[in-house]
Amino acid sequence: MTRQRLVGWGRTTPGMSEVQSPASEDLVAREMTLGSRTIARGLGRSYGDAAQLSGGVVLSNRALGGIGAIAPDGVVTLGAGVSIDELLAVAIPQGWFVPVTPGTRQVTIGGAVAADVHGKNHHRDGSIGDHVLEMRLVTPAGRFSVSPSVEPDLFWATIGGMGLTGVVTTVTLRLIKIETDRILVDTHRHSNLDDVMSAMSDGDDEYRYSVAWVDCMTKGASMGRAILTRGDHATRRDLASASLVAPAPARLRVPFNAPSGLLNPLSIRAFNEVWFRSAPQSREGEEQSLGTFFHPLDGVNDWNRLYGRRGFVQYQFAVADAQAECVVRAIDRLSSSGVASFLAVLKRFGPANHGMLSFPLAGWTLALDLPVGPSALPTVLDDLDEMVIDAGGRVYLAKDSRLNPEAVRVMYPRLPHFLDVKNRIDPRHQLASDLARRLQLVGK
Amino acid sequence: MENAFGQPQNIVVFAGSSEIARAITKKLCAARAHTVILAGRDQELLDEAAREALDYGASRTDTVIFDAEDVAGAASAVRDAFDKAGDSVDLVIMAVGLLGHQLRDQSDPAAAARVVTVNFTWPVAALSEVRNRLLAQGSGRIVVLSSVGAVRVRASAYLYGGAKAGLDRLCQGMADSLRGTGVSLHLVRPGAVRTRMTAGLPEVPFTTGVNEVAATVMKGLARGDEVIWSPPVLRLVYAVLRHLPGPVWRKVMDR
Repeated sequence: MTRQRLVGWGRTTPGMSEVQSPASEDLVAREMTLGSRTIARGLGRSYGDAAQLSGGVVLSNRALGGIGAIAPDGVVTLGAGVSIDELLAVAIPQGWFVPVTPGTRQVTIGGAVAADVHGKNHHRDGSIGDHVLEMRLVTPAGRFSVSPSVEPDLFWATIGGMGLTGVVTTVTLRLIKIETDRILVDTHRHSNLDDVMSAMSDGDDEYRYSVAWVDCMTKGASMGRAILTRGDHATRRDLASASLVAPAPARLRVPFNAPSGLLNPLSIRAFNEVWFRSAPQSREGEEQSLGTFFHPLDGVNDWNRLYGRRGFVQYQFAVADAQAECVVRAIDRLSSSGVASFLAVLKRFGPANHGMLSFPLAGWTLALDLPVGPSALPTVLDDLDEMVIDAGGRVYLAKDSRLNPEAVRVMYPRLPHFLDVKNRIDPRHQLASDLARRLQLVGK
Repeated sequence: MENAFGQPQNIVVFAGSSEIARAITKKLCAARAHTVILAGRDQELLDEAAREALDYGASRTDTVIFDAEDVAGAASAVRDAFDKAGDSVDLVIMAVGLLGHQLRDQSDPAAAARVVTVNFTWPVAALSEVRNRLLAQGSGRIVVLSSVGAVRVRASAYLYGGAKAGLDRLCQGMADSLRGTGVSLHLVRPGAVRTRMTAGLPEVPFTTGVNEVAATVMKGLARGDEVIWSPPVLRLVYAVLRHLPGPVWRKVMDR
């Protein structure tokens, strides 16, 4: 057991915890019977305080490894501490790919399930929880095998449940078949937000993967100008020569914290300008590697250090189709308040799943990276919360580090159901995280 | 828990009815503070401050009575306050202090010792227990009200200034001792502030109101500044004043 200072990817609210790395389900279960307050942690990619518990015991899942044989139908069972990167290294050469990947490969499958992560294909394929067939879960009330048909309540409380229902030890999911390690990508520049949103509404269904990068620093007629990239896996017939090679590890890293203020309105505006102008007006059928298309930021290790000592917050919300106006008003509010936001990511969501605290809901989602510093930022984000609530939407807990408890109750109407399930398997409120304490999701 | 912007939810305030502490508490409540434990010596004043906290957005308040001349009781006052807070405490404000009356106190050994006890010894005893508690929690912040008078002690207020100087220097060391622990300590050095404590004294340059001090403290907390000067310009003023030759210093400060 070591006492460690843990912090989320946004590097905003560190806390000291006892960190354990149990290497088997038995050892996880033994930790659980000791009765300390505890939470599981993977690779620490949630932005806020979801995978830390100040003064408590944090169970790293990284020693829960092991990737089973991939069955002919793509079904595979793996330890919850296996990262998507590690899984892909095994799966891609055999012609398999994960059904859902977030913007980084550096997440564990246990963490991915806890956040019910989504990717560029949510409008078609849903989130990771939709592809999980079974999980092993260690709770204070014992061990469970859960699936959509066995203990469905506990299953759907765990999908997106931010680790608060126990420690996931193994996950069984179904991979998808790929013929090559290339994506055929169509890229289009759009001069404003309305333009890109209507292109996405009209055309996303024709693509498996779609995402738009939006410039939140421009005002007026070019407000929300964007670059829309969409694509699908290349087949062998599409390519002159096909290969199946897993993405390589990052070659670059940020060795120390950049000075706070390096990313300021001026530098971000300049970056956005260069980035927008360097994208092609329109290019179709471009071959990109899986890594380039899905995980561009994985090319640089520790890129979060660029935000400096005070770190950054990510604000991601989802609203229904009928509330598309909320996206426009959110970007307008940001660009008019002078709060600097790095490129924002805009994407369409397909239908929600049964995950009680799962984030996606059919419609739109916008994600914003915001350096901590501008004194207006806390208030601007509180205003955005109200806009999102008025639009019947919600904010993503895996990204959150500043919501207030009242807002979460309105955004996640299935929270009472979640708490019923949690109280059944954790009557003494042993499972907790700093996020859960901040949002009052757990008893004292 | 504190959020990404340094806005705490659970706070404990020692000398919770003092004017500067109340001004800071109001602002914290308007942000995210929902549980506010106010400790002080006068129940009525504490109740008034608690009502104010609720008005500004707190959802739960409680009070603790202590006597800042009773050093032996400091630890139990801290334990009492933390117990009443329930879950982890995100921010502790130490605003205990006594200006005293220099001309009267300087010739009275008991009175002189009393100024030191209230401004230095009791806060140090209490902070020691606060430190234990926050280290066990693995997170939390401490704000200690010092004074610019602690930077270089003036003849005309050497008891108060000297006691605050002791607290100020000790806290700088304590802040360093907390590095890498998830706990931090922030010193506030206000200049002259218009409060009951200073009522009737002639106003000196850079005098501010309590709300200005509170606003500066909020900004400093958000930034994580280890020393928060109020008004901020005093940092520059004192960079000069503290190095003035003695005769000049005495002429300037003790006219």
